[in-house]
Amino acid sequence: MLMYTVCKFPADEEFDEVCFEFGIELDDVTTEKAIIRKEKHINEEVEDDEEIIYKIEIPANRYDLLCLEGLARALRIFKCIEPVPEFQVSKVPPASMIKIQVKPKTSMIRPFVVCAVLRGVALDQARYNSFIDLQDKLHQNLCRRRTLVAIGTHDLDTLEGPFTYEALPPSEIKFVPLKETKEFTAEDLMEKYKADLKLKKFLHILEGSPVHPVIFDSKRRVLSWPPIINGAHSAITLDTRNIFIECTATDLTKAKIVLNTMVTMFSEYCTNKFEVEPVEVISANGLSAVYPDLTCRKMEVSLSYISSALGVTLGVSEVTGLLNRMQLPATKGDNIEGSDPTISVQVPPTRSDVLHPCDVMEDVGIGYGFNNIKQTTPKCVTQGRLLPLNEFSDSLRAEVAMAGFTEVVTWILGSFEENFDMVKRNSEKQKAVVVGNPRTSEFEVVRTSLLPGMLKTLGHNKDHPRPVKLFELSDVVILDPKKDVGARNERHLTALYCNANSGFEVIHGLVDRIMQVVGVKAVSVGDNTGYFIQPSEEPVFFPGRQANIICKGSQIGTFGIVHPEVLQNFLIPDPCSILEINIESLH
Amino acid sequence: MPTNNFVESSFWNFDTLFQPQQHPARDSHDTFFLKVPEVTQSLPENYLEHVKTIHEVGGHESIGYGYDWKREEAEKNLLRTHTTAVSSRMLYALAQGKFSPKKYFSIDRVFRNEAVDRTHLAEFHQIEGLICDRGLTLGDLMGVLNEFFQRLGMKKLRFKPAYNPYTEPSMEIFSYFDMFNKWVEVGNSGMIRPEVLRPMGMPKDVSVIAWGLSLERPTMILYGIDNIRDLFGHKVDLKMIESNPICRLGRQV
Repeated sequence: MLMYTVCKFPADEEFDEVCFEFGIELDDVTTEKAIIRKEKHINEEVEDDEEIIYKIEIPANRYDLLCLEGLARALRIFKCIEPVPEFQVSKVPPASMIKIQVKPKTSMIRPFVVCAVLRGVALDQARYNSFIDLQDKLHQNLCRRRTLVAIGTHDLDTLEGPFTYEALPPSEIKFVPLKETKEFTAEDLMEKYKADLKLKKFLHILEGSPVHPVIFDSKRRVLSWPPIINGAHSAITLDTRNIFIECTATDLTKAKIVLNTMVTMFSEYCTNKFEVEPVEVISANGLSAVYPDLTCRKMEVSLSYISSALGVTLGVSEVTGLLNRMQLPATKGDNIEGSDPTISVQVPPTRSDVLHPCDVMEDVGIGYGFNNIKQTTPKCVTQGRLLPLNEFSDSLRAEVAMAGFTEVVTWILGSFEENFDMVKRNSEKQKAVVVGNPRTSEFEVVRTSLLPGMLKTLGHNKDHPRPVKLFELSDVVILDPKKDVGARNERHLTALYCNANSGFEVIHGLVDRIMQVVGVKAVSVGDNTGYFIQPSEEPVFFPGRQANIICKGSQIGTFGIVHPEVLQNFLIPDPCSILEINIESLH
Repeated sequence: MPTNNFVESSFWNFDTLFQPQQHPARDSHDTFFLKVPEVTQSLPENYLEHVKTIHEVGGHESIGYGYDWKREEAEKNLLRTHTTAVSSRMLYALAQGKFSPKKYFSIDRVFRNEAVDRTHLAEFHQIEGLICDRGLTLGDLMGVLNEFFQRLGMKKLRFKPAYNPYTEPSMEIFSYFDMFNKWVEVGNSGMIRPEVLRPMGMPKDVSVIAWGLSLERPTMILYGIDNIRDLFGHKVDLKMIESNPICRLGRQV
C-alpha cells in the first residue's frame, strides 16, 4: 500500500481510468488531514486547501513503480507525454573511478556489495522523503526485511575513497550511529537496539556471528554497519549534492536489482539527468566488477507469438509503438528474409520483471488495452463430469436434508482443547495434523472428526427452536505415511439431533436410512455381506447408549447419546444424539 | 480435480508454480506451515531437477530468478494456500501422457494465515477453472470468463492487468453491480507461464488459461450478507439457512 501526492498529472484525465488500464489499483482518495482525523476518530469539516493523496496499490514484481518518481514517469510514458529514459553510466577513466575493496571475512556473514554514485543531485524535502521511503519499501519486500539486501546511502562529500567492505568482531567496530552524538561499539549497539522498536527486528541477522559487516572510507570512518544502521558522519541532508549508495547482500542478483532501482529512480535529479557514476568493486580474490550494470538486455520476440497469444492481429510498427509506451524500447527485429517477423526489445534495467517473451507479450496487451481485445471462445470439445466422490457426497447430502436435517459448514482448524479434551478423545491427538505457526489456539490443529465442530455449532445456537437437526458432510485430515505429503483427507458425515429427549432412535433411524440409500443390506451380527451395529465404548458417548456401525467387515462409523460432561463442555443444555460415518468406505 | 488434500508440500503449492522461494507469500505470516507432518515424504525427483533449474538459471527462453533454490524449502509441508496447487499436480499428470485438450474445475477449501475480521477468514473456498489446448488466446480467456460469470448473474465485466507469479498475462476481473453503483473485483485469471508448463514436459504449443475466485465474496454480495460468519462456521445463523429461498442465480431475465 502506498500513499502519494500526484502532482505531475494532466488534470483533465480520469486518474482512476488510467490506473485501471495500466494495471495499478487506485485504492483510496484522501488527504493527509483526513487520515489523521480517521486515526483520531474526529469528525471535522473538510478544508478546501487540503492536498489530495491517492492511495495506490502496485503489482508485487514492479520495483520501478515503488516511488512517486517511477510511478509518475511510467504513467507519463504510458500516456505518450514523455519518452523512455536512456540510462547511462558516466565514462570515468578506470584510474579515477571510486573503488571499494572487499575483504575475505565478509563471506562469513554477508558476501556481496554493489555500489554507485549519483552526482550533482538537487534534493528538497519531498525528494528526500521519497528517497528514504523507497529504501524502506525495498527493504520491506524485495530485500526481505534486510535479510537479503540492505541499502546504505551517504553524503559522498563527507567521505574519502577508496572504501573497504570488511567483517570484524563487533567489539572492534566503533562509530557514532545515526541519531546519536557519542560513539558506540557494534557490541554495545546489539544490546542497546533491543529496546528500539524499529531496529530490534534486524538484530537476529547478526546475532551469534563472530564478525559483523562494516564499510569504512580511507580514513577509517564508518559509513555503515549493515544491515542495522548507518554512521551519522555521512548522513544525507537536503544540502547533499553527491550520493554514494552501497547495497550489501547475501543474494547478488537481488542486490543488483535493488541498486538499479535506486539509481534509475533518482538519477533524474542528477546534474546529468539519468546518468549514474560507476564504482569498481574489487572482491577478495582480486577480481573486479563495475557497478551499476545498466545495460539493456536484448530480446527477440516473434510477432506471431504475440499476436496468437493475445488473439489480435498486429503489425510490427503497432507493436513497437505499444511497447515503447510500456517502457520496453522496441524496434523492428533483424530477421532473415522470408521467416516470421520479430521484434527487438531492449529490456531496460528498470524492468527486472521481464523474464520471458510472455512478459513482453503481456505489455503489448496492456498497451493495446485488454478490454479492446475481441472476446472469443475456445474451440475444443471436452466431456465434463464430476469427481465420483463429490457426486456421491452431493447425493448423500440431499438424502440427509430430505430426512429433515439442516446442513452446516464448520471450521477445519481448531484448538486441541475443543478437538480432543472437550470430547474426551485425548488418545486421538497422535493422529492429527498440527500447525507450526498458529496465531491463536483457534488454529492449532486440523480436525480428525466432525463431531466437535457440530457440538460447537449447537452450543452457539441455544435459542433455536427444538428439535435441532443438523448435519455436515465434509473432510477431516488424518496422518498417513502412505501419502507423499504424509497426510490424507477423509470424507465424513456427521448428524445431530437435539431436543428435550436425546432422540437416539432418530439418529439410529438416520443410520438405517443412509445405509438404505447407499444400497447396503441390514444383516445379522457377524455377517460381512451387509451392515450391522455393535455396542461401543467411546468416552464421548453415554455408556450403554452407543454403537459402532460395521459395514462389510469394517467399522465405518459410530453413533450414540452424547455424554453429559461433553454437553457441559460445549454449554449445551439439552440432551442430544450424534452420528459420524466415514463415507469413503461407503462410496 | 481431486482436491481432497488440504495438506500440501511447498513444492506443489509454490515451487512448481514458479513462485520464488524468497517471495513474501511464503512468509510464515501468510501461510500455515505444519509441525506434524513437518516435511513431505516424497517428491518427483526428475521433475524436481527441472523446477530447480528454471528457478535458478531459467531455460525455455526464460532467464529465471537467479537465486539458490533450496530443496529444504520445497519440502516444507503446509495447509494449501490455493487450490492451484492441485491444478499444478493435474497439469503435471497431463503432461506425462499424450496431450489432448482438457478442461478442469474445482471448488474446495484453502487456508491463509491472516488476521481475521468480518470479511476475512483463515479458511475459505476457492473456485478454479482451467482450459488446456493448443492455440488458446487471451481473447478466449475473456470470452470464457464472460460466459462463466453470466451464469452467476454478472453480465458486465471489465479486465485489469495484474500480477501472479504463475500467470502472464494476468487479469483481475471486475463486475459492475447496480446495487453499489460501482465496479467490484470478482476474480483473478491469466495464461499459465511457460516456466510452469515447460519443466512439466508440456508441449511448447499448448497454452493453459485459468481463472479463480473465492466462493465467499460473491455469495456475500449476491445474497446481501455483510458478515460471512452468518453463513459459515459455528456461529452460523441457522434461521437464515432454513429460510433462504432456492438459488436462481444467473437464471433471472
